[in-house]
Amino acid sequence: MTQAMDLARAVFLEPHGLDGNKLEQVLTRLVASDTTLADLYFQSARYEAWGLEEGIVKSGSYSIEQGVGVRSVCGEKTGFAYTDEISLPALLDSATAARAISRAGQSGTLRMAQHIPAANNTLYGVGDPLRSLSEQDKIDLLHRIDARARAMSPHVQQVMANLMAAHEIILVVDEQGNLRADVRPMVRTNVSVIVARDGQTESAMAGGGGRFDLDWFLNEDKALQFADEAVRKALINLDAQAAPAGSMTVVLGSGWPGVLLHEAIGHGLEGDFNRKGTSAFSGRIGEQVAAKGITVVDDGTLEKRRGSLNMDDEGVTTNCTTLIEDGVLKGYMMDRQNAALMNTQSTGNGRRQSYAHLTMPRMTNTYMLAGQYDPQEIITSVDKGVYAVNFSGGQVDITSGKFVFSTSEAYLIENGKVTRPLKNATLIGNGPDVLTRVSMVGNDLALDEGIGVCGKDGQSVPVGVGQPTLRVDGLTVGGTATG
Amino acid sequence: MIELDNRKALGATFQTLAQDFLKAAKAKGATAAEIGIDKGTGLSVAVRLGEVDKLQYHRDQGASVTVYFGHKKGFASSGDLSPQALADTLEAACNIARYTAEDEYNGLADPDLMARDIPDLALYHPWDVDAERAIAMALETEQAARGHDPRIVNSEGADVDSYAGLGIYANSNGFSGVTSSTRHTVSCAVVGQEGSSMQRDYWYSSHCRPDRLESPAAIGTRAAERTLRRLNGRSLSTREVPVLYVPELAKGLVGTLVSGISGGALYRKATFLLDSLGQPIFPDFVQLSERPHLKCTLGSRAYDAEGVATFDREIVADGRIQGYFLGSYSARKLGMQTTASASGASNLILHDTGQDWNGMLAALGTGLMVTELIGSGINMITGDYSRGAAGFWVENGEIRYPVEEITIAGNLREMFHNIQAIGNDVDLRGRIQSGSVLIGRMTVAGQQAG
Repeated sequence: MTQAMDLARAVFLEPHGLDGNKLEQVLTRLVASDTTLADLYFQSARYEAWGLEEGIVKSGSYSIEQGVGVRSVCGEKTGFAYTDEISLPALLDSATAARAISRAGQSGTLRMAQHIPAANNTLYGVGDPLRSLSEQDKIDLLHRIDARARAMSPHVQQVMANLMAAHEIILVVDEQGNLRADVRPMVRTNVSVIVARDGQTESAMAGGGGRFDLDWFLNEDKALQFADEAVRKALINLDAQAAPAGSMTVVLGSGWPGVLLHEAIGHGLEGDFNRKGTSAFSGRIGEQVAAKGITVVDDGTLEKRRGSLNMDDEGVTTNCTTLIEDGVLKGYMMDRQNAALMNTQSTGNGRRQSYAHLTMPRMTNTYMLAGQYDPQEIITSVDKGVYAVNFSGGQVDITSGKFVFSTSEAYLIENGKVTRPLKNATLIGNGPDVLTRVSMVGNDLALDEGIGVCGKDGQSVPVGVGQPTLRVDGLTVGGTATG
Repeated sequence: MIELDNRKALGATFQTLAQDFLKAAKAKGATAAEIGIDKGTGLSVAVRLGEVDKLQYHRDQGASVTVYFGHKKGFASSGDLSPQALADTLEAACNIARYTAEDEYNGLADPDLMARDIPDLALYHPWDVDAERAIAMALETEQAARGHDPRIVNSEGADVDSYAGLGIYANSNGFSGVTSSTRHTVSCAVVGQEGSSMQRDYWYSSHCRPDRLESPAAIGTRAAERTLRRLNGRSLSTREVPVLYVPELAKGLVGTLVSGISGGALYRKATFLLDSLGQPIFPDFVQLSERPHLKCTLGSRAYDAEGVATFDREIVADGRIQGYFLGSYSARKLGMQTTASASGASNLILHDTGQDWNGMLAALGTGLMVTELIGSGINMITGDYSRGAAGFWVENGEIRYPVEEITIAGNLREMFHNIQAIGNDVDLRGRIQSGSVLIGRMTVAGQQAG
């Protein structure tokens, strides 16, 4: 598929007088005899967002960002500079700055290789989602969300709805002169509501999206379902009582609660921490880190998913990487630099927030495969515990392995039955052993709706998570109700 | 030297770009317009295990523009500052404004409130540092940490960063201001190990003046000490105890207060501190001041993001809320006046109750001293608070052992009421200056039975 490459050439090369010869000059400047890898990362991104509040579309924004990141890597050392001016002199300046990391001499003149199309350039379309609906249709969609949420309940006080679309064009030129391009669409909608009843106020949000056009939100009234979901969750929270405090059995719902996997094990299996030996999972390949029967993958190849990529930000085709197989730790997620230092191959997990940021190993869509239990059977098996079906987010300390994730919808389980809703509480556990406490895995694998943002070292990238319903024995629940 | 070339000329160029933009917006029929243009340059070096790890050169620039057609508003931004790009950005903002709704509260801030005499807050102090010197300094910092104790077995490295930036803001009410500032940071993070316990911790120093940074040796040593003290932590059984927040975390409590009394949360009724003006939210010894004009201080500013002149004021006096954080939009929504907070709070100072660190530990008596919080876990509407924590168990004012894998929970309204002491062990880094804070009672949950 050359459509992405044609677009990339038309945006980055032709208008700026850059051709094979000029890129060769830049690479020649960038690469020294001890350079292990180097790249130029051209990015052009356009973003649009609309926001409704108090029944009117108050805000709209449009932004455009364009630039080139220039990187030179010599073993463990990285030199990096970037420019928002796409021109030969600016690229040569950036190459000189990035190359300063090397103390070696020139490696001689580099010759451009042919461009290599990413092997699987078909996970999403190249079309521009900003133009996939007319402005009036975008406004109308937000008003329909607002009307729907307000119609759901007389207790709805505030509805805030956002609609976002982004279109990115990426061109990666590596140290061999290989060119790879990708065109990445992204859309998202968020609905948050505030409800009040008898002097009590609560809020909730719902949303979703992925790498497709905005009309996805119109199909089967998807956007209205988010409105329904936000109101449903907020009303439930009005009835919530204090969550228990202490260690107990927790049943995690399917889908978005997979944020557990992202925090508890995902970050700890990123190649950089393991190369450096600073992860609680360092040196543990081949060890049993989860109950038998548990398999966890990171899969960047799912069609149209928020965390999916045709190629990563180093031009490497994404994969489905097995992290844990039948409970045994199998592998790490790698970018090119860390893979080279650990004598292995990149798994296509090299990602960056933008041209102005350095690549790191990052997750794509991380999920656990389905098991055998009916979800109802799992709930029935619990005498006393917590059933947590929605979360607001999480965080992990990579080195100690301690991780948290905070509920946004949870219930008490008493005698095998879901009884009353609980106030938000943070759950805390230890990454390397939490999956050994999983005693039942449901048959209802689901992925999230497409709302995940992962932060690492100050850089944000979109990700996906998923899991079936899980029973975890002995997770600490941070409520306020003791005894 | 990390500094902006021809800073004066750059400011003048941006002023011209801004005035051209305002004229062009008017020609397009906009009834009001505003523009911000920023440019920055920086160097950051990282070393790890005694070797250079990363050398990064930063060069950022961008413009963001807002146009108003009566009460309709459009916003656009661009990383390209060429006249053509700015014309396109204006066009994009005008296009957005065609579709947004009339909102009677939209508009620029009151012209009478614009800053007139802009004081020099001494925020620009370029550092005479090049890559080589920065690397040497980072190496010294990391070495101080690694050489501190044999249990420091690994490192995430030490970083030295220097950044210089210039920004202008101009609007069609005639306001135009230029501000330049620098920020320099040295940080270090190391890993300690003893038996099967592995912990990481860090320390950093940051200032607009390079000569005010802590020494590499002090930063490295502090990073090592903080890491070592966490080794061999255990969980705690579930209990209700007093909790002492160390200064760097106490700042977070002040930050939560700011979110709770900020215009956006107030007009949306999305805060547990609704209608809290004049109310006794804290015990009567709590005083919090906003001081936007402190020289050489990170949060200082002569005017906010709307050009409104900032001023000294009390946020909390004798435990009662004295003022909110409002920009002109939320102020109009609430029928109040802007507090020059369109860019958030400036410098905040939480006044102490006289105890030093040891005095605070003594005041804690037996309870939890918390040194790390993870996860968000705050419901701003209800004030419900539940976060992952690590720290130390303290008995009779003496630190007994490190604890981890616990949560602390409560309700912010009760936590604020239940503040018992504020230390004079002030952390001066950043916008919020606070000592440690003791809260009378919170729920601690953990793994251990009994």
